[in-house]
Amino acid sequence: MSESTKMTGASALVKALEASGVDVMFGIPGGAILPAYDPIFDSKIRHILVRHEQGAGHAATGYAQATGRTGVCIATSGPGATNLVTPLADAQMDSVPMVAITGQVASGAIGTDAFQEADIRGITMPITKHSFLVTKPEDIARSIAEAFHIASTGRPGAVLVDIAKDALQMQTEFNFPKNIDLGGYSPKLEAAPEAIRDAAALIAQSKAPVLYVGGGAIKAEAHKELLKLAELTGAPVVTTLMARGAFPDSHPQHLGMPGMHGTVAAVTALQKADLLITLGARFDDRVTGKLSTFAQNAKIIHADIDPAEIGKNRRADVALIGDLKLTIDALIPALKSEFKKNQPDISAWLEQAYGWRTRFPLGYDHPSDGSVSPQYVIERIGKMSGPDAIYVAGVGQHQMWASQFISYEKPRTWLNSGGLGTMGYAVPAAMGAKVGLPDTTVWAIDGDGCFQMTNQELVTCALNNIPIKVAVINNESLGMVRQWQTLFYNERYSNTELHSKRIPDFAKLADAMGCVGLTCDSTGDVDKIIAQAMEINDRPVVVDFSVHRDAMVWPMVAAGTSNDAIVNARSLAPIWDSQEL
Amino acid sequence: MTQSHPDAPSSSVSFSKTRTLSVLVENSPGVLARVSSLFSRRGYNIDSLAVGPTENPNFSRMTIVINVEDHALEQVIAQLDKLINVISITELDPVVSVQRELLLVKVSTDEKTRSQVLETVQLFRAKVVDVAQDAVTIEATGNTEKISALLRVLEPYGILELIQSGLVAMSRGLKPGSISEDKK
Repeated sequence: MSESTKMTGASALVKALEASGVDVMFGIPGGAILPAYDPIFDSKIRHILVRHEQGAGHAATGYAQATGRTGVCIATSGPGATNLVTPLADAQMDSVPMVAITGQVASGAIGTDAFQEADIRGITMPITKHSFLVTKPEDIARSIAEAFHIASTGRPGAVLVDIAKDALQMQTEFNFPKNIDLGGYSPKLEAAPEAIRDAAALIAQSKAPVLYVGGGAIKAEAHKELLKLAELTGAPVVTTLMARGAFPDSHPQHLGMPGMHGTVAAVTALQKADLLITLGARFDDRVTGKLSTFAQNAKIIHADIDPAEIGKNRRADVALIGDLKLTIDALIPALKSEFKKNQPDISAWLEQAYGWRTRFPLGYDHPSDGSVSPQYVIERIGKMSGPDAIYVAGVGQHQMWASQFISYEKPRTWLNSGGLGTMGYAVPAAMGAKVGLPDTTVWAIDGDGCFQMTNQELVTCALNNIPIKVAVINNESLGMVRQWQTLFYNERYSNTELHSKRIPDFAKLADAMGCVGLTCDSTGDVDKIIAQAMEINDRPVVVDFSVHRDAMVWPMVAAGTSNDAIVNARSLAPIWDSQEL
Repeated sequence: MTQSHPDAPSSSVSFSKTRTLSVLVENSPGVLARVSSLFSRRGYNIDSLAVGPTENPNFSRMTIVINVEDHALEQVIAQLDKLINVISITELDPVVSVQRELLLVKVSTDEKTRSQVLETVQLFRAKVVDVAQDAVTIEATGNTEKISALLRVLEPYGILELIQSGLVAMSRGLKPGSISEDKK
C-alpha cells in the first residue's frame, strides 16, 4: 500500500459511515471525539448539532422509525456518552436500528479515571444489541461496518461504537469489509417449513382466531403480507402500541389496540380466542395483564425473528422463527391449501368480536366545566392532518390518547417510546423523523411534563430548518401518574402538579427558541388553531393546548390484574351478556 | 433459586436441575462481562463458571453450571445465543461428558490423624501438595460428586481453608463441541 492511501482513524470513521449509507447524524462534539469532527466538516453527511446528547439519540431513533434506515448519533466520552444511555436503552427496547458513536479517552488513559472517562461499553452492555470498544485505528472501519450490520439485521437494535481518541488520530489504511462474517451472529430468516405447515393446520382448526400483531410487522415491512393473511383468514386483528399503523385502523377486521389501555374488543378477543396468531409481538406485560390469566384457552402461534422471544413469557405451540415478511409469505400458500381441505366457520366468533367493538367503542366526554377535552384535541389533529402525517408521542396519557384517537392507516406514521416509556421522546424523535422525511407533516403530541424534559431541541429544529409541529397537551400535571394517584392512591397527588399553565409560558418559550408559539384554551378554537399551525411550514410551531386536568385514559386494566378485569370507564366494567362470562 | 448442593436430589420442589453448558466464545475483551451481565440482568443464578483458552487462540470456552428448569434452560440458551461474541452453546449430559473440578483444601492434622488423612487422600486418588507441622494441603480433581464426598470425609478433621475451581467439562467420544464443527 502506498503512503497516499493512509488516513487518520477519524477519516476512516467518516469514510466508513459514508460507505454505510449514512446521510445524516445527530450529535455534539467534545474533547475525545474532536478528531472525528474535523473530517465531518468536509463530509457529505449532514451533521445536525443538537443541544443535548439525549436529543441526538432520540432523533436518531425517530429518523430510523420513520424511514426504516439506521439512525446515527455521535457524542464525546464521559457525560456525552452517558447522556446517550437513555436513548440507547429506548431504541433497544423498541428494536430500533441505531448506531451510536462515542469518543473515548486515549487508549493509554483508559482505566485511569481520566478526565471525561466513562466505561460506556460496560455501561451499555445490558442495554444494547452489541457494543464495541475500538482502540486501534485499523479496527475502526470494520467495527463501523459490523455495527451497521448488527443494528439493522435480524431483530434490529442499538449498537454502540466507542473509539479511543488516539485511534482517531493515528494513521491507518482504509479497509471497509464487503462481506461481514460474524461467527456468533447469523439471524435465521426463513421459518422451518414443518412449522409453517403446523401453523397452517392450527389456523384451519381454529374457531376463534385473532391476529395479534406487534411492532415486528413494521420492522419487517410486512404490512402488505399481513393484510393478505388477515383477509385470507378473515380473523379479527389487534395491533399493539408498537404496531399501530401496521394494519389499517379503517379495516373492518381491526379491533384496535390490546393491552392496559386497549379497546374492550381487542382485549376481550385476545382473552377469549382459541388461537393467537402472534406476529412480531412479545407478550409484553402491558398487553397480557396478569400473565397466568392471559388468553387461557388459546393455542399460540408465535412468529418472531428473535428465538429468545419464543417461550419467554408465553409458551408457543408453534414457533415460526424468521423474518416476518418471509414467514407470512410462506404461510399464505400453506394456509390456502389447508383451507381447501377444511375452512372453519368462524362467523359466530366474528359476530361476537365485532359485537364487542360496536358495544364498547372508545369514547370520551367533554368536561362539564367547558374546558377542553384532551382527547378531542388529539382526535382533531389526527383528522385534520390525515393518515399521511407522522405522529410522535411522548409517554403518558397523551400517548395513549394519541394511539386511541388518531386513525393510523400506514406503517411508520406512529412513533412512540413503547418499551422503555421514555418521557421526553417526542420532540427529538419528531425532529429525527422530519429530517428523514422532510416533505411529511410531523406532529409531536406531547405532554406538558414530557415537553419540559427535551424541548431544547426546538432550538435545533429552528436553526436547521426542521419545521415540526408540537401539540403540548397541557393538563398542568404528570397526568398518567396523577391518574394512578386518583385510582389507587386515594387522590393524594404527591408531586404530580406541574403548574404548567402558569409557568412556563409555552408560547413565549417557543417564541424564544425561534418557533411560533400558539395557545388554545377553548374547544371552539381547536380547529382554527390546528389549521393555523398547519399553515406554518417555515419554522417549528408549538401549540399549548390547555386541557381539562382530570381527564383519564379508558379503558384500563390495572397493572398486575387480569385482562378479564378491564374497566371501560371509572368503576364501570363492561356489562357482558351472561354467556360471555 | 438457591444453589443446590451437588448431592441433594434435584427433584425436590420444582423440576429444576443442575445443567452444564459448554459455551464457545470469541476470545476478546469484555466477553466474560457480557455473559455475567446477561445472567445477572435476567436473574439466572450461576452455580459455577469457568473460562479458559481452547485449541484455537481466537476462542475461549466457558463451562457454566446452572440450576434451572427445562423451560428456563431454553431461555438461558436462547439469550446467550443472542450475544454476538457467543459462537455456540452445547448442553453437556453428565453421562456422556467428562466433568472435572479442582479442589485445594488445607486440613488440620496432628500426630494421630495425619495417617488417616493420608489414607483418605490415597483412597480418593488425590495428592498431598504441602505438609506443615499441623496441616496438610490436598489437591484433588474429579466430578462434583467425588469432590463433595472427599470433603465430607475430610470435614471431621477440620478444614482450615478451601478453594475450588468451577467445573470444566468436555463431551466424550467424537468431537461434537469442536470449534471447526461449531464454525461449520
